[in-house]
Amino acid sequence: MKDDKLIIGGHEFSSRFILGSGKYSLSLIEAAVKYAGAEIITLAVRRTNSKEHENILDYIPEGVTLLPNTSGARNADEAVRIARLARELGCGDFVKIEIMRDTKYLLPDNQETVRATEILAKEGFVVMPYMYPDLNTARDLVNAGAASVMPLASPIGSNKGLATRDFIQILIDEIDLPIIVDAGIGRPSQACEAMEMGAAAVMSNTALATAGDLPVMAEAFKQAIEAGRKAYLSGLGRVLTRGASPSDTLTGFLHD
Amino acid sequence: MENHYFVDSDKLSGAALKKKHELETDPASRTDHMKYMEGMEQIKSDIMDKVMTEMKNYDYSRYTARDVNAALNHETCTVEDFKALLSPAAEPFLEKMAQRAKLETQKHFGNTVYLFTPLYIANYCENYCVYCGFNCYNDIKRMKLNMEQIEHEMKVIADSGMEEILILTGESRAKSSVEYIGEACKLARKYFRMVGVEVYPLNTDEYKYLHECGVDYVTVFQETYDSDRYEQLHLLGHKRVWPYRFEAQERALMGGMRGIACSALLGLSDFRKDALASALHVYYLQRKYPQAEISLSCPRLRPIINNDEINPLDVHERQLCQILCAYRIFLPFCGITVSSRESEEFRNGIVKIAATKVSAGVSTGIGDHESKYTGKESESAEGDEQFEINDSRSFDKMYRDMSEEGLQPVLNDYLYV
Repeated sequence: MKDDKLIIGGHEFSSRFILGSGKYSLSLIEAAVKYAGAEIITLAVRRTNSKEHENILDYIPEGVTLLPNTSGARNADEAVRIARLARELGCGDFVKIEIMRDTKYLLPDNQETVRATEILAKEGFVVMPYMYPDLNTARDLVNAGAASVMPLASPIGSNKGLATRDFIQILIDEIDLPIIVDAGIGRPSQACEAMEMGAAAVMSNTALATAGDLPVMAEAFKQAIEAGRKAYLSGLGRVLTRGASPSDTLTGFLHD
Repeated sequence: MENHYFVDSDKLSGAALKKKHELETDPASRTDHMKYMEGMEQIKSDIMDKVMTEMKNYDYSRYTARDVNAALNHETCTVEDFKALLSPAAEPFLEKMAQRAKLETQKHFGNTVYLFTPLYIANYCENYCVYCGFNCYNDIKRMKLNMEQIEHEMKVIADSGMEEILILTGESRAKSSVEYIGEACKLARKYFRMVGVEVYPLNTDEYKYLHECGVDYVTVFQETYDSDRYEQLHLLGHKRVWPYRFEAQERALMGGMRGIACSALLGLSDFRKDALASALHVYYLQRKYPQAEISLSCPRLRPIINNDEINPLDVHERQLCQILCAYRIFLPFCGITVSSRESEEFRNGIVKIAATKVSAGVSTGIGDHESKYTGKESESAEGDEQFEINDSRSFDKMYRDMSEEGLQPVLNDYLYV
């Protein structure tokens, strides 16, 4: 377990819990990071203030990797511009691509996401695209130079858990990049399940923001993610889907 | 129950008074409010018909407590559910509605609240809208800021910390041309991260031009969706044309704007029908333009200069709260703005339930930000207000109060790209 590292674009992380930051008070960020044990925190570039008034960047503890996101982008070109702006603002080379042209469900536009990934990867960004879990798109993202793939569990903010469970499993089974489950994870048990399935990490924002006690919920997520990871690494026991295992085998009549 | 809108100024000439009275008393003297005037673009859209059909068929007396309960128990709120939530039968369920609304707001917006301020740059108006302080027959101090004065106002506002601005004018193409508004918006881009406009409705190419000038957001209030009632309240001018106004948001989106806001002015007509139509207007727009950022406002009638008795009639705070909760449950992803027309107490409460955006440091007058913000006597003339505000908190005070309510104030949520 000690050597179990999450590697994204050549960078090593011990924590497998990525924190969102856009839905709660800036003053809670430090406690959230601490209790979550998080090493990566996302940040909406569109929210960074240009003036001296409270700036989210001032609230993020040192040593935590910033993951600026392109929320607000409606197509690849806008996402690329926002990513470049993030780099200019000193947010580093990581970027989470979010491209939505639907304000109701905030579902990602896979096609445009592939296009933006290709452009930004060529510019040296560590690209982490948010996507709808589709195997063909995931493969395209690998070819475009993504550093991880971030499929959604259910619509952003819905806290509905692993609605796309079976399709995320396909990505985990078929894609060699870290699969980071993003959006829709509402409870620690759901985060745990994603990790048991073999997800490399889990990202959460709304589940914390809507909790009664944010730091305590952050810690609960941390523990659930660690538990799920341990279960995955140790090899889960077999699951009997229908009835018990018969003691008289069907093939007992075979003698040679 | 009715407001008394008609006020005669003793400064009007005999001919002007005669014309005014004629407009007020003789419907035949007024133009056809459903007919587009010259220069007004007509687009092909089915949204107006859809909204009007739903509104006309809406009989809110038919809904019962059972319908309201069912609506509250549904995971997604249908149009039928929304109609139940807006009905009188839902009034006893206000607390339950508020709890559900709060959950939806938190899921979609977390614990955040956006702050913005309006900037009126001119109050000349060519319309006679009987409830509005800017109406052409109302005796008020008129003013139009020049670019230097606009920049000065913007500096004062930007220094307060504000990053989002809404530019407003009275509705006069002659006095406040599209180019004039465009130049003001270019200036605004220098001082603010996000620029919206609330000006007279424009054609698509004009919205495109304003977008190029830096505008991202267009607000147009329909005032009332009941076109017959609209006709009785908007007696003269371009604003009289109801369908051209209805289609303004769609033209704005066609012109490349990122977002739009809709609303009725509550208190002018049957508020339940107007609330239904407002929400359906954005609902159908979002279905047709899924990338559009949409939002709703909920202004209630306020007193104006020379008529301090205008009030929102039967739309009390409880009814307003019911409307806002219903909006939130029906359109969980929609921005909801509550302006300084409402009291401090109401705004502090409603941001924890359904509203996502509030104004602060507000003046609805012209060129008076410095005197209002700093108390410094103005050296130049100032123009009168459109209506009386109710919550005069400064940006700093609002920022502090919202933080104390446990909310994270957000100054900007847009990148102009």
